[in-house]
Amino acid sequence: MSQSPATTPPSPADAPAYNPRNYLNAEAGIRSWLLTRDHKRIGIMFLALTTLFFFVGGLFALLVRIELLTPGPTIMSAMTYNRMFTLHGVVMIFLFMIPAIPGIFGNFFLPIMLGARDVAFPRLNLLSLYLYVIGAGIALYGMIHGGTDTGWTFYAPYSTTTITKVVPVLLGAFVLGFSSIVTGLNFIVTAHTLRAPGITWMRMPLFVWSIYATSIIQILATPVLGITLLMVAVEHAFGFGIFDPARGGDPILFQHMFWFYSHPAVYIMVLPAMAVISEVICAAAHKNIFGYKAVAFSSLGIAFVGFFTWGHHLFTSGQSTLDAGIFGVLSMFVGIFTAIKVFNWTATLYKGSVAFTAWFAYFCGFLFFLVFGGMTGIALATVSLDVHWQDTYFVVAHFHFIMVGATIMAWLAALHYWWPKMFGRMYPERWGLVGAVTIVFGFNATFIPQFLLGNYGMPRRYYSYPERFWPLNVASTLGATLLGFGFLLILIYFLWSLKYGRVASANPWGSRGYEWGTLSPPPPENFIGQPVYPSPPHDYTEGSVQSGDPHAAEVTHAA
Amino acid sequence: MQPEAYVAHHFPNLRQQEHAARIGMWLFLATELLLFGGLFTAYSVYRFLYPAGFAASSEHLSVAAGTINTVVLITSSLTVALAHHFARHGKGRTAALCLAITLAFAAVFLVIKGWEWTHDFEEGLLPGRYFHSSELTATGAPMFFTLYFILTGLHGIHVLIGMTVLAILMVLCWRGAYDHGYSTPVELGGMYWHLVDLIWIFLYPLLYLI
Repeated sequence: MSQSPATTPPSPADAPAYNPRNYLNAEAGIRSWLLTRDHKRIGIMFLALTTLFFFVGGLFALLVRIELLTPGPTIMSAMTYNRMFTLHGVVMIFLFMIPAIPGIFGNFFLPIMLGARDVAFPRLNLLSLYLYVIGAGIALYGMIHGGTDTGWTFYAPYSTTTITKVVPVLLGAFVLGFSSIVTGLNFIVTAHTLRAPGITWMRMPLFVWSIYATSIIQILATPVLGITLLMVAVEHAFGFGIFDPARGGDPILFQHMFWFYSHPAVYIMVLPAMAVISEVICAAAHKNIFGYKAVAFSSLGIAFVGFFTWGHHLFTSGQSTLDAGIFGVLSMFVGIFTAIKVFNWTATLYKGSVAFTAWFAYFCGFLFFLVFGGMTGIALATVSLDVHWQDTYFVVAHFHFIMVGATIMAWLAALHYWWPKMFGRMYPERWGLVGAVTIVFGFNATFIPQFLLGNYGMPRRYYSYPERFWPLNVASTLGATLLGFGFLLILIYFLWSLKYGRVASANPWGSRGYEWGTLSPPPPENFIGQPVYPSPPHDYTEGSVQSGDPHAAEVTHAA
Repeated sequence: MQPEAYVAHHFPNLRQQEHAARIGMWLFLATELLLFGGLFTAYSVYRFLYPAGFAASSEHLSVAAGTINTVVLITSSLTVALAHHFARHGKGRTAALCLAITLAFAAVFLVIKGWEWTHDFEEGLLPGRYFHSSELTATGAPMFFTLYFILTGLHGIHVLIGMTVLAILMVLCWRGAYDHGYSTPVELGGMYWHLVDLIWIFLYPLLYLI
């Protein structure tokens, strides 16, 4: 196919505003979706499924927050409360945060950014979606038939002896792990073998670099979680006694094996967020990234160091002081790599030409949550401080800031930024900004009180609390309610815009990212003809921006 | 079918597609190693905690059976490599024969393993709380057998999966699917089989010898 002479794709300027023959309408019927091998359709299905589970997980979170509205029992029993926070964690981590950005935007845009027609293994890609559905189904069965009350960490020996339905949830997570592995494997091979002529490693969009680093973690860490969860499931079902101290097992071994995956897993969540931000910032500033190589390699640095930090979850589990110190210092290395990225992103803004869109608002939110969440992380990696904050709400607030806050900001930034490309329609910009303000404010209102609560000593996962913690808990619950309304608003206007949104041009933001070179929505084969790549991505140095002056685009009209 | 007919629409040529398939397989093998890596870690930790119990338990396994199985599996690695060699040179029928021999070795392995397990069951050498041996009373022995059954069980599942893959390849080879210079599926199936052998090569000394 590459033998055909390279032709320049039609300039989006003279292309029709809405590509009439696109991946969405090229084939019709439910079968054409269920059996598709088109990475774009698989991405859209991941979008629908992960969003569904995001709202399910959010519902559990709201129930937890409502229960904590008063010091004593409010709406549920202690046992139900334990199940609720467990399900919130399991759903949000395994069914939303890990698959969301790679599954949706990685699938949709990684091949387009590389000038490829699909990922390397389209059938495996579809398998990854089905594994997600099967894993989710098994986990849902466990949730409906009794739930589980161990927390998403499944710590032994409690998880091996609890009477709740822990086995289906474990097996669900096991299958979801395979979905994650297959996705990661596909992305690595695609980046190695399907880059179009002209896209060298040093010209790959930064989104791809960061997804590549994520995929390495997915491939190397997930199997360890798989076998660990399987061992817990076998032990719970048959009483094999691998982690049970009553049978000579070592529960600390479980913690080591669990965190060997689950700590790198936070980078599976946050590296894709960084991938999105590296694209968004260039398009927002209309400037090429400051320090391309530093941003690209710091992703790999995070992936590498991330494998040697798991011990900071075991500071109070009887680890030696020397080990704790080493793990503490190694954890801080992640802060260095993250800081490199943050400085380069902000330096990109210098003398940039910024239009304040909803997705730029989410970039600002991302930067805030990443920096403050990260700094509390450095504090927590300090052993002497961690002993004070161990298992308090300070930890809860910390990881909700950096892992959840940053990831959700990037997820929303990506949705707004790429919505015109994915669906060929604009979201309503004014409502977009209202939504962004609600979300950023709601998030702070939810978790800043939790930082304070943790610092005053309120332990996490407790059903009730002394009355002096009451006001801050009310504040947190109010923040969570605001968040809930914000997400509903966003859902409504996105659904609305699918039908009634203004038709988007091929490149409404004037972005020079490679993916904007094709039509909106892209044709099933991604490009008309073989695309050529004479300049690096986000090269705004010469000529006018592809679809005319960015300031004449929809952005300023809406503002 | 000419080799070019195997090129999928999104690959520019066969060479690049084969390259992609190989990288994909190597990455998959890496995940398999880490899957077993978790179990090897658990083994190391408990070996360190219960050195005497593990050494005593190890003596209750049949070294002869383990050794024969090791030889059987290593030989099967040779025949699978030969299968790929013949397929690459367009000798599909010979390749199918080599795969059949590989399958036979795999079956022998499973029969011996099954005999060993039956023997262990009779002696009460069972995992965790089911362990009830009158001769073996060392602390840590139940843990050894927990890990023994999980390790050999998971490896056995891999043998079965490998046999399924090789059986499909055998039929395809026999029908002449790889007679025209395209033999990547045989190569990938062979790589998986080598990994199954490789893991056994680590299991054998850990469980039977030390």
